[in-house]
Amino acid sequence: MSTAPPIDGEAPLRLRRSQPMSPYAKARLANWGLRLLPWLTIVAVWYAIRGFGLVSPGLLPLPQDIAATAWARLLDGELPRHILASTGRVLAGVAIGTAIAIPVGFALGRYATARLTLDPLINFFRALPPIALVPLVIVYLGIGEAAKVFVLSFSAFFAAVIVLYEGIAQMPPIYGHVARTLGANQSEIFRKLVLPYALPHILTALRVALGVTWATLVAAELVAAQAGLGAMIQMAASFFQLDVIYVGIIMIGLTALSMDHALRRLSRRLLSWQERVPS
Amino acid sequence: MTVPSSLVFDGVSVAYDTPDGPITALGNVSLTINKGEFVAVVGPSGCGKTTLLKLAAGLLQPTTGRVTLDGQPIGAPGPERGVIFQEYGIFPWLTVEQNIGFGLELSANRVSEAERAEIVERYLDLMGLRDFRKAFPKALSGGMKQRVALARAYAVRPRVLLMDEPFGALDAQTRLAMQDLLLQVLEREGTTGLLITHAVEEALYLASRVVVISARPGRIKAVIDVPFPFPRTHHHLANEEFARLKGELTELVMEEYAAQSRLSLASQS
Repeated sequence: MSTAPPIDGEAPLRLRRSQPMSPYAKARLANWGLRLLPWLTIVAVWYAIRGFGLVSPGLLPLPQDIAATAWARLLDGELPRHILASTGRVLAGVAIGTAIAIPVGFALGRYATARLTLDPLINFFRALPPIALVPLVIVYLGIGEAAKVFVLSFSAFFAAVIVLYEGIAQMPPIYGHVARTLGANQSEIFRKLVLPYALPHILTALRVALGVTWATLVAAELVAAQAGLGAMIQMAASFFQLDVIYVGIIMIGLTALSMDHALRRLSRRLLSWQERVPS
Repeated sequence: MTVPSSLVFDGVSVAYDTPDGPITALGNVSLTINKGEFVAVVGPSGCGKTTLLKLAAGLLQPTTGRVTLDGQPIGAPGPERGVIFQEYGIFPWLTVEQNIGFGLELSANRVSEAERAEIVERYLDLMGLRDFRKAFPKALSGGMKQRVALARAYAVRPRVLLMDEPFGALDAQTRLAMQDLLLQVLEREGTTGLLITHAVEEALYLASRVVVISARPGRIKAVIDVPFPFPRTHHHLANEEFARLKGELTELVMEEYAAQSRLSLASQS
């Protein structure tokens, strides 16, 4: 029949279209705005510096010039090659450094004897800037890939080990008491208590190690690198290609940012039990 | 289900060295907790009542004397002696049901998968935690956390239950509800137990015998048999005899509290 009333779902559907934005959507939009704000500010300040002539144009390329350089290098395959080389080295450095830091951090966090013997040693080496090691690394490891990965692993190890050590040392003794009174032996205490307790600290250690390793990258690629963002920056420096230097810096930042973002997502999934959900 | 059993402290003392010289925490305590008996120990804080529990748990060794369970000297901690701590100590990375089943997955009390599931179900029911089985501890109230801890301790079928101020961190109503729950569980499981508390009323409500520990070095000052039959209910709390005993016990504890305070002051100056 043509006079049939409209079915129930129709009216609200039509209504919803004209409704104002939901508070949730508004909050999301506001969050994105807040996230973008500092970047937009940086770009605005950049243009302002050029606009007011505070720096001679030859010393500060415009953002669109940098973008054009990045685009060109992306298309000719140069930029991806450098990004891949650096990312590979950083990942290798973080993997090796953290893999060694986990057992050492556990030992330091759990055993007073290990603390007594190793603590001064670790703090001695931790204070050394990786760039100071570069000449020695060249002498002993040559100028190959091993030298670069060594410098990166060095930074990753010392960053990760402190986070792990402090985290594990803070495990409340009550967990151990409970487990022992339920009949747990040493290996069970390690597998069922220390390991799950340490997981958030391992993930934090990975994040810190990633950051520090990216920060060390340029120093590591001082060692006769043919590829890598650090190498790209140094080559550009010798030819005074400021736009390429800016591209390199921005790419290091962006790659580090996306890796950190991925790790944070992983943490949130693995650590839903935590009181404070890592943001 | 737990197997009834007897816990004996025989001339036990504990001394340890501090920078200010040796301190005797516990001085020559002898106490027998018979099979199926639930004994409460009260005393001022710092008198060594928790030391008594640590000895029974095996977390501490006596300087002199010995502690035995069914004639066997107590060495390291073990699943036959369940311990409930004031701060719960439930594992935040495990769900409620995983916490309850934790002990059953240890090699010391390995049971089949089916048996573990059955025991966990039983205690989820008994403790009223069924709706929260998949919840992580962060979502639980203090009272629920303590129920998880109780279920976890019971799941490995301890011969004695040792409780250190188990309800001290709970609000008054939750505390009362937990005391009733404990009475029910004790009734059903018939566990031998030692309860450390500073609350005289709690001791009288839950225990068949109350032991008063003196100021440091902790000795047994008095033992009071609680005349009320089990099962007990809130009505006992309003009982005249209950009030009289509570007054008597409070007086005993307060004398020791004063003595302990003088000790603490002396050690500070």
